[in-house]
Amino acid sequence: MARDAALPITVRQLTKSYGTLRVLDAVDVDVQRGEFLTLLGPSGSGKTTLLMMLAGFVRPDCGSIRFGDREVIRLEPHKRDVGMVFQNYALFPHMDVAANIAFPLKLRGVSKAETAQRVEQALELVKLGGYGARRIDQLSGGQRQRIALARAIVFEPRILLMDEPLSALDKQLREHMQIELRQLHERLGMTTVYVTHDQREALTMSDRIAVIDQGRIRQIDTPKVIYERPSNRFVAEFIGESTFVTVDVRAGECTFQGIPLALASQPARDGSHHLMIRPERLTILEDATPAGVNVLPATVTAAIYQGDSVLVQASLPGGTMVSVRTIASGRMPSIGEHLRVGLKASETYLLPADESAA
Amino acid sequence: MSHPVGPNAEGLRRDALIERLALFSLTGPALLLVTVTMLLPVGWLFWLSFLNDAGAFSLEHYHRMLVQPSYGRAFRMTFEISFITTAICIVLGYPLAYVLSQLPRRAANICMIAVMLPFWTSLLVRTYAWLVLLQRQGVINSWGMKLGLWDTPLALVHNLNGTLIGMVHIMLPFLVLPVYASMRAIDKDYLKAAANLGASPTRAFWLVFLPLSLPGLLAGSLMVFILCLGFYVTPAVLGGGKITMVANRIATDIELFFNWGAASSLGVVLFILTGIILYVASRIVRLDRLLGGGGA
Amino acid sequence: MSWLSRPATDTHITHGRRLWLYVLAGLILLFLMLPTLIVIPMSFSESQYLEFPPREWSLRWYRNYFNSTAWMQATVTSFKAGFLTMIVATLFGTMAAYGLHAARLRFSGLILGILLTPIIVPVILVGIGIFYVYVKIKLVNSLIGLVLAHTMLAIPIVMMVVSSALKSFDMNQERVARSLGASRIRAFFLVTLPQIRFSVISGAVLAFLTSFDEVIVSLFVSGGANSTLTRNMFNALRDQIDPTIAAISTLVVLLTSMLLAISQFLGNDQHR
Repeated sequence: MARDAALPITVRQLTKSYGTLRVLDAVDVDVQRGEFLTLLGPSGSGKTTLLMMLAGFVRPDCGSIRFGDREVIRLEPHKRDVGMVFQNYALFPHMDVAANIAFPLKLRGVSKAETAQRVEQALELVKLGGYGARRIDQLSGGQRQRIALARAIVFEPRILLMDEPLSALDKQLREHMQIELRQLHERLGMTTVYVTHDQREALTMSDRIAVIDQGRIRQIDTPKVIYERPSNRFVAEFIGESTFVTVDVRAGECTFQGIPLALASQPARDGSHHLMIRPERLTILEDATPAGVNVLPATVTAAIYQGDSVLVQASLPGGTMVSVRTIASGRMPSIGEHLRVGLKASETYLLPADESAA
Repeated sequence: MSHPVGPNAEGLRRDALIERLALFSLTGPALLLVTVTMLLPVGWLFWLSFLNDAGAFSLEHYHRMLVQPSYGRAFRMTFEISFITTAICIVLGYPLAYVLSQLPRRAANICMIAVMLPFWTSLLVRTYAWLVLLQRQGVINSWGMKLGLWDTPLALVHNLNGTLIGMVHIMLPFLVLPVYASMRAIDKDYLKAAANLGASPTRAFWLVFLPLSLPGLLAGSLMVFILCLGFYVTPAVLGGGKITMVANRIATDIELFFNWGAASSLGVVLFILTGIILYVASRIVRLDRLLGGGGA
Repeated sequence: MSWLSRPATDTHITHGRRLWLYVLAGLILLFLMLPTLIVIPMSFSESQYLEFPPREWSLRWYRNYFNSTAWMQATVTSFKAGFLTMIVATLFGTMAAYGLHAARLRFSGLILGILLTPIIVPVILVGIGIFYVYVKIKLVNSLIGLVLAHTMLAIPIVMMVVSSALKSFDMNQERVARSLGASRIRAFFLVTLPQIRFSVISGAVLAFLTSFDEVIVSLFVSGGANSTLTRNMFNALRDQIDPTIAAISTLVVLLTSMLLAISQFLGNDQHR
């Protein structure tokens, strides 16, 4: 399976309403050839609906979906040639593992000998070689997940769709499978659209993430940009923990409660802005202040030991609460203690107040 | 709802329509058959019930039902028998379902065979069996007299007794099945919680178990009562001509008198009464539960 | 007996204190089973008069049944009607159940209501109604007419059984089959049907029994060469107690038990 066999997906003005409820509102998405794109959003955001439309199981009201140059929006699911993995895997319990994987090949009239060979190849690919004769109810959750994947890719579809495929697995297995899925994607190079509500999963696996809320795409970009430079407050708050404090920009000078702040980049215009503060970007300063670090006075309200780190909650001047994540080996601050909290100028990020409305 | 405008909107709307029509057409044959052999004939009878012998519109058949005491008697008897049958079924069926629901699943399934076998055995066979058991020289009378329990044969059949015994026997599974299902669905933790909160076993039953099993009991009783209203075979055979329920009266009107108007009007009234009971009951219990109880 | 003093429930009532309940339940089960079973030994009696236990055994009443043209003809009619009803009702009922399940139409409730009316409408009303219509279109005493009527009565039963199976069936299976390249129809036959087959078979068995055991409609619309077994039995019951009917009843009980056992066996086979 070569990367050039993968197809790009072009979605335009995709719209769906149930009664007065807009599930998808004129959505535009471009998925590059061979890209791993994750649709990330809270439940009811429309991410699964969008995926089901790509597969052909939900009919949109209007819009356009192209795989390569081909308009597929009115095409029936079985003519779309996309592999699909469902949340509950939907393996056929009345067939053994091999028959499940052979299913798409049988429908395509592949010869028996070739089918057997390709089934075994697919099993090897998901590291379950020799499992062909097992019954579905003899498999563990992780094995079922792999078989579902093998079944979805054995017929070499040029697009792979996955609907929260790891959500039924326990945490450890899930993290392991994330890496494995990612490696498999690098090997096969299929254009992949992946739905999840788990932001960490999205950050780990994706080339790009599309953050969806209320039927609209709020931002679509690489994990790094989504995390570090969210284009609006919804994205910033949905991905990672973040607190916003209001800062004032006047004539290129930025101040917070009268404290001057050095910024990574100058905002384009004056006025009220929101400064994004993430717990892991803050440090507790002991004595000396390193160069290029903004210092904010804070009062500790809680300190929580979390094993690998200590989460300190503190209030800033003006009463805004922020969280600071520090290494656990350090001193545990006590409640009521006054601290100096540092934020590197290079790690500051501002959203204009009017654009940041969620 | 306004139609969306945008690329492919027209085509997508057409596809949706075609899909819906295709799925709808799957119900077509069944719908057609039920219409032709059920809605049409019953509708026709409805129409006939409003025509007099000359073919003109008249309420004479309904009027006769009010004036002729034999019709009133048939209705009264139908409701009395249905009511008594339902009551006996509750008294016998509820404890049985309770015991079955407390048994381990395997044992309960085996006992369920005893409930299911008569359920699916021909009604006629069972009616015949009761005739054999209950008649003057029947098994029960001859054994009873042999054992000296009574001296002269008891009149167990060709009367109300026989009819009731036969009907209870036929209807009992209809009550036991939904009650059993609803009892099985009761979480045992509720009873533990009740005991934990200080309820004695008896009080736990009355305060917790009984209310939770009530929907099943209501659904089952309703099913029994409604099916009883339409009984024909059992009263005809085990009633020995003495028991005339509405259905028997309808058949007599057709077979002996060819009086379609009279028979139709009886049927219509019976049907409407059934409908009213169902409607009132549907305000209390969910009807799908009732239909889940099985058919006959 | 230690079992008697053991707690029977989580609320610590002992088995001993509930003994009366067990005895009562046993008696009720006996009441349910006995009449069906007692006919069996009596059918082998030599005597005209039905006694239990029979004083002399014979196959007289079975010979009587098998040598009677009328009974044989009626039996053939009942089997024919049963089989045809089974085929048509299973087909129509399954189609309708699937259509309603997959479509979620706005009128689904109404359609379901119409299709289930045969359960609620008193059969006597259906019987004379069909008789009236059949007289007009000359279908009285015809096998087709009988099968159509019985199919109508059996459709709701097939639908209830198949619908409940579809409710617990995961429609994602069908979706995945379609994404893997199966058209909707193929997906149904390759994935859905094999998994609900037990219910479809149960529905078919019940449809057969519905027709085979049906009395009232048969009484009105079957007759002559196409009289059903039930019609003849009913008429014989009203006249006198003919022990031949005990023989027939035994055979019917046997047939019913066999059919139910088969469908039960298939069910266990699937769940294994």
